[in-house]
Amino acid sequence: MSLLEHTSSAPAPARPVRDAPARKAPRRFTHREPFLLMAPALILVGVFAGFPLLRSLWFAFNEANPFQGITAFVGLDNFTAIFRDDEFGTFVRNTALWTFGAVGLQLTFGLLGALLLNTRFPLRGIYRGLAMIPWATPSVLVALMWMWILDPNHGILNKALMGLGVIDSPVALLSQTSTALPTLIVIDVWQGVPLFAVMILAALQAVPPELKEAASMDGAGRLGVFRHVVVPAILPTVLITTVLRLIWTANYIDLPFILTGGGPGTASTTMALQSYVTAYKGGDFGEGAAYAVTQAVVLAVFVVLYVRLTRKAEIR
Amino acid sequence: MNRTRIFSRTALAIALIGWLAVILGPYVVMLATSVTPNEVLTRSGASLVPPEISFEGYRQLLTGTAFLSYLRNSLLVALIAVPLTLAVGTGAAIALSRFEFPGRQAFMTGVLVAQLLPAVLLVISLQGQLRAFSLLDSRIGLALVHAAFATPFSVWLLKGFLDSIPRELEEAGRIDGASSSQVIRLLILPLLGPGLVAAGTYVFILTWNEFLYALTFTASEATRTLPVGLQLFIGEYQIRWDLLTAGGVLAVVPVIIGFLLVQKRLVAGLAAGAVKG
Repeated sequence: MSLLEHTSSAPAPARPVRDAPARKAPRRFTHREPFLLMAPALILVGVFAGFPLLRSLWFAFNEANPFQGITAFVGLDNFTAIFRDDEFGTFVRNTALWTFGAVGLQLTFGLLGALLLNTRFPLRGIYRGLAMIPWATPSVLVALMWMWILDPNHGILNKALMGLGVIDSPVALLSQTSTALPTLIVIDVWQGVPLFAVMILAALQAVPPELKEAASMDGAGRLGVFRHVVVPAILPTVLITTVLRLIWTANYIDLPFILTGGGPGTASTTMALQSYVTAYKGGDFGEGAAYAVTQAVVLAVFVVLYVRLTRKAEIR
Repeated sequence: MNRTRIFSRTALAIALIGWLAVILGPYVVMLATSVTPNEVLTRSGASLVPPEISFEGYRQLLTGTAFLSYLRNSLLVALIAVPLTLAVGTGAAIALSRFEFPGRQAFMTGVLVAQLLPAVLLVISLQGQLRAFSLLDSRIGLALVHAAFATPFSVWLLKGFLDSIPRELEEAGRIDGASSSQVIRLLILPLLGPGLVAAGTYVFILTWNEFLYALTFTASEATRTLPVGLQLFIGEYQIRWDLLTAGGVLAVVPVIIGFLLVQKRLVAGLAAGAVKG
């Protein structure tokens, strides 16, 4: 997380002063201009994201509550408390299942969708726009739509399944321990696949056709062209999108919060959700922050990976 | 040969229609439910083709609930957050695209990483901070948080757009003696229009849809935005699916229209954000 701290709260004016003499300034103030231009953005992000980030990190080492703020420094007590929690293993397992399950499926279907969209067919532009709509839909609305579709008494899914004779009595997918988290994953996949597909599509369309022609003239079959030309060309985008989605999904709590509240019991509680619930329902900001910080430390690995991949893609 | 071609075309058509059906199906169900009378829903549940049409859900939503107030709050938050984000984002994007300065690479990395800040972590300390600024339970406070949240990606999007605008014009302007602020005002900003539309739509979608901050930082009818209002409705009107889905339809229409208008450019920007720095 050191990168995060550094960048979002970086004191803007400190650097140019130190570095200025080293460069030959063609005109006065030239060095100041970019910083003046960036200052409003830096202040906004610093005040409403950078500083709160540092303060939340600090909360994790203190006893704190919503009303009085920090009341006592407790060192690592919050962390030992959450690691000792009987449910900690469940939260970790749920987080891993939720994150890797959802992103893995999004990647698979996103790739298939991108290949589908990359074929020539009439009205492709409109089709692509319509296919992206879930990305622009509020998560609350996604939750509401699926809650209604899955409703055990009046929902369309149970009605259809019973009509087809697949099930005898209505199934409440969101309130059964075994099905709650898988159902949430399916809903998240539904919402997330379009973005994945369109990102990969953009990469597919950037593959030079000459390259594909050259490969097939050299005797590569359709599968050979795909494996040796298309896959290497789209790999950077696929990797970057995947890492980005892993981080987003791990931190995304809207769907479980609204649809299951993490239940039944803790069957669909992820680390991020537990963080929010501990902080705001349990009134324990310290332990809540400790959950989020623990997850952030793990995710920092992916952040570093993301930055390195993006840099590489830029150089290419 | 011809037969396999017809076969593959049919398979493609089926796949395309199937995919779109899965994506748009839930919206169709929602739309159909919103115009079905509540008695029909409680009697026989959802159906794709409502046996009778009724706008009672919409009428009660607009006259008997706080929906319009939530709608107004969402619009107001967007009205503050979008221009603010664009203003600060444009400055930063110009700096990163047009100037060489020490620490530029670090700032670029910062923009990348700032997109990944976990809201669940920030939200814990932001509440107290907003209270200290007297911005808790305030639409302005929420708009500022949304703007800060949307700024990194907007900078990214705008910088990518600026990088694709040739610099010859600006260099000519410089030679003719224009100051930096003149170059920005007269030569860069007029060309940035389409980029601003795409970034503005992105910010609009983000602030219109955002749930976690809005839920945590608003506490009254006068400040709650649509997503928070809808979530409250889910608890309050559990058996009024006509009313709930009517609210859903009205809440999603603005973002869908906005998105479809600029989807091409926005998607290109999203893709560029993932592909290159």
